[in-house]
Amino acid sequence: MDAETLLPRLFPQGHAVVFDGEFFTGPARCGATDVTVIGARNKAPIGVELAHRMADAVLETVREHPGRPMVLLVDTAGQRLSRRDELLGVNGYMAHLAKCLELARRSGHRTLGLVYGEAVSGGFLATSLLADVCYALPEAEIRVMNLPAMARVTKIPLERLQELSTTSAVFAPGVENYHRMGAIRALWDGDLSAHLEAALGEPEEGDRRRQDGEARGGRTLARAVADRVRRDAA
Amino acid sequence: METLEFEYRGGRTALTRNKPVLSGVLGSGNLEVLVEPADLGGACQIIVETAAVGFGETWRAVLDDVFARWPVADVRISINDAGATPAVVSLRLDQALKAYTGGAS
Amino acid sequence: MTHSWYENTARGRIEAFLDAGSFEEFLPPQERVASPHLRQLGTPAAFDDGVIVGRGAVGGRRVLLVAQEGAFMGGAVGEVHGAKIVGLLERALDERPDAVLLLVESGGVRLHEANAGLIAISEIMRAVLRLRGAGVPVLVLDGGQYGCFGGMGIVSRLCDAVIISEEGRLGLSGPEVIETTCGVEEFDASDRALVWRTVGGKHRYLLGEAAALVPDSIEAFREATLGLMDIKPDLSLEALEAEHARLEDRIARFGACPDATDIWTRLGIENPTTLPLLETADFLAATDGKRA
Repeated sequence: MDAETLLPRLFPQGHAVVFDGEFFTGPARCGATDVTVIGARNKAPIGVELAHRMADAVLETVREHPGRPMVLLVDTAGQRLSRRDELLGVNGYMAHLAKCLELARRSGHRTLGLVYGEAVSGGFLATSLLADVCYALPEAEIRVMNLPAMARVTKIPLERLQELSTTSAVFAPGVENYHRMGAIRALWDGDLSAHLEAALGEPEEGDRRRQDGEARGGRTLARAVADRVRRDAA
Repeated sequence: METLEFEYRGGRTALTRNKPVLSGVLGSGNLEVLVEPADLGGACQIIVETAAVGFGETWRAVLDDVFARWPVADVRISINDAGATPAVVSLRLDQALKAYTGGAS
Repeated sequence: MTHSWYENTARGRIEAFLDAGSFEEFLPPQERVASPHLRQLGTPAAFDDGVIVGRGAVGGRRVLLVAQEGAFMGGAVGEVHGAKIVGLLERALDERPDAVLLLVESGGVRLHEANAGLIAISEIMRAVLRLRGAGVPVLVLDGGQYGCFGGMGIVSRLCDAVIISEEGRLGLSGPEVIETTCGVEEFDASDRALVWRTVGGKHRYLLGEAAALVPDSIEAFREATLGLMDIKPDLSLEALEAEHARLEDRIARFGACPDATDIWTRLGIENPTTLPLLETADFLAATDGKRA
């Protein structure tokens, strides 16, 4: 689904989102509240400029609209791969966006991510994965790397990776895997605006992805290991 | 991956229960060695997890020599190996056992 | 034991860096809390999954610390590795040390456990920000052979300060990845001088991505750490707006610069091409007052 189709399904009461190239932002109506939409489309690679624009939209909402929820709709092919972005410190721009989202959270803004197209690697990390909660459409795609490229880099035969990925959610692309691992709270289809309204109504309760990953069997160790490090005597 | 197990007897138990010692880093062509006290009825148990399959006899030869240099008892030696040469294996085990025993063999 | 940070192992760094005898490790190697995923992929697993977490003292100051071992799978983050780091950060919420130190050395997400690694890094990001929000400073020490890339490059810039050595590297995508994907004209990863000008310690320091530049010695890292230990985390709107303006300014001033040398020229540094050759002390003298 593309962004132009998605927006009216999420916001049937209306929105004033403006597109500017791959970036889009603007207010939208959800239930009895206005939300700020911050998004990217067309599998946008995220470099210094786009990361900065997104941070801008977050800061503006914190400054101008106290308490207004933010909905991140980021369709990205991942971080922009370029020497220029590395030279300028793109990791710092992504970190800045993350800090702005944390500021929003601590200032009382609900933040919610919905993966509607692709969410890849660093692009996903700096945006939707940092919202309070992240959801996905069943037809969306989430990955770190596709299997053929992973086979080349790790030197593990592609057939072996394919075979293992039928039983393990730990490395293969897919929204179902990310749901099982705890990163995606739920998959949404049908009435998207109803899902969104319900989700925004839920209280913010901290990062419970490890518990979800354990309960769903996708990450059987993360929660327990983190707890042991936190509590074990030295 | 292959798991190999070896047992050696006739060693001398340390007077004190030593603390576990880790030597080496599991990088490519390298290995890490963990030496721990264990209640083994006087035996020295060596367990090798290795990425290089089919070298059981080479490992036995190297470990025979290591045990001759360091005849320890009630000790478990656990090895994670990423294709180290016999020379590197020997060196790392010497390092680990020297640290574990406090230097006296 | 060597006094070089670059040449050292993670455990060697910890031993030489902390006050003698002060280190206590959480989940030490004999606990064998290792990756359950690597064996089925035919790859050996390390007893500590390539990261050491624990508690110690630096110049008498209490710290909790993380040290990544780059030689094991490039220091890359898998399920257990990431969970150890998150647990350490959350422990700091309880123990309130003077600082948390991240001795980073990582290529980012471990592909063999890609999804777990990515989510773990996201959890680390949330945990760092929560900890800093609670007033505990988090300092990054970067100077290892494997650099600090991928999601750990983002994590590093979430922290209060980065202390980097001349040998250190800090970025998002590694030069090899960019060359493989975009071609050697875009980034010749074998051109070491180019790599260090682009993502190395001296450039990161001049750009304002790193707070301190040190020579490659354990002692220098120690000194710089003690110097930054009393930093107060500031995640206020004012602080972020100031950073926002600086980052916008950076694109405006340097966005058209083809190479670091052009950036350094624009910073008003004379003879910028000599900078890579200078020892740290001479470099700091030559660039004094000229950082972005």
